[in-house]
Amino acid sequence: MDKELNLETMSAEYVDVLKELGNIGAGNAMTALAQLLNCKVDMKVPQVRLLEFKDVGALIGGEEQIMAGIYLAVEGDITGSIMFLLGKESARHLVNKLMGMDIAGEEFGEMEMSALMEIGNIITGAYLNSLASITNLKIFPSVPSLCVDMAGAILSVPAIEFGTLGDKILLIQSQFMDEIKLDGYFIMVPDIESYAKILSSLGMA
Amino acid sequence: MSQIIKVGMADLKVCKSPDGVTTLGLGSCVGIALRDPVTKIGGLAHIMLPDSTVIRNNSNIPKFADTGIDALVKQIVAAGANRGRLVAKIAGGARMFAFSNNSDMTGVGDRNVEAVKRKLQQLRIPILAEDTGKNYGRTVVFYPETGDFIIRSVGKSETVI
Repeated sequence: MDKELNLETMSAEYVDVLKELGNIGAGNAMTALAQLLNCKVDMKVPQVRLLEFKDVGALIGGEEQIMAGIYLAVEGDITGSIMFLLGKESARHLVNKLMGMDIAGEEFGEMEMSALMEIGNIITGAYLNSLASITNLKIFPSVPSLCVDMAGAILSVPAIEFGTLGDKILLIQSQFMDEIKLDGYFIMVPDIESYAKILSSLGMA
Repeated sequence: MSQIIKVGMADLKVCKSPDGVTTLGLGSCVGIALRDPVTKIGGLAHIMLPDSTVIRNNSNIPKFADTGIDALVKQIVAAGANRGRLVAKIAGGARMFAFSNNSDMTGVGDRNVEAVKRKLQQLRIPILAEDTGKNYGRTVVFYPETGDFIIRSVGKSETVI
């Protein structure tokens, strides 16, 4: 595959493959979440979008919307990073559920941050596992890092990584529900060589 | 009635008094506010990466510190500002996620700030104030009328530099 891969000029066929991988990954992640919380989690079909940087903020409810972002590096056969983003209310709900608490405060304490990190770890781990088994590639996640801040600021990190490839970002929006509606987003950023590896492992290149 | 002009990610806008210019949720990106204090014409750029010369797909001018600042200066001067009177204030370049390894990924905020400073020095535009680095996001508003650069962050009080 051409090393000069560019997200702008990528064929619709490739984009569809990446979207499908995102779909499967998000499905597995939700199953893992249901097991963790020991409850039924319904999910909508994830929306996979290739978005201009400037439109990302609007999609997730504004650049100043406070969100929790869990970010980790990926090593092995493919390299890059993955981020799971969760709205503040959704994050609060999941933490309360996991820890059996009922707190409504604005701030996340140390224990709650740690619970959130674990939720992120399990969700991203399940996502990457499904990607590894489909592609038969070795994928090792790093220890995750957590940040609760403005959506724009959190998103600047994967956006910058995508920025070295083009002017768009591949965003997988998964909406899921237990008692309340929760909004989560996956952002997968393989580096340029990894795109080629993923596609060729699936017989695409 | 003055209005606030919004600058997106990898974007830049020129602005004249009494209007202001803003960019929301700066993370590792850097916001560069320039102003001619006499004509009160200014502008804001929101850059994402330090150097256009090392990236293959580099046609998006406001995305990079080097080309973005050049373009902002050009547009501000075209709007009637005096090139020699321009002064700068900068914000952003945070390290949003703490990683022990992979310095390439986490250090981009620092590298953005360095690249912006280097570029402004080359152009002999003095930096009057900065609020850079650290580990949190910033929303900034700039008023070319007064030169006030207002910075808002989550859980912190508003500051003006």
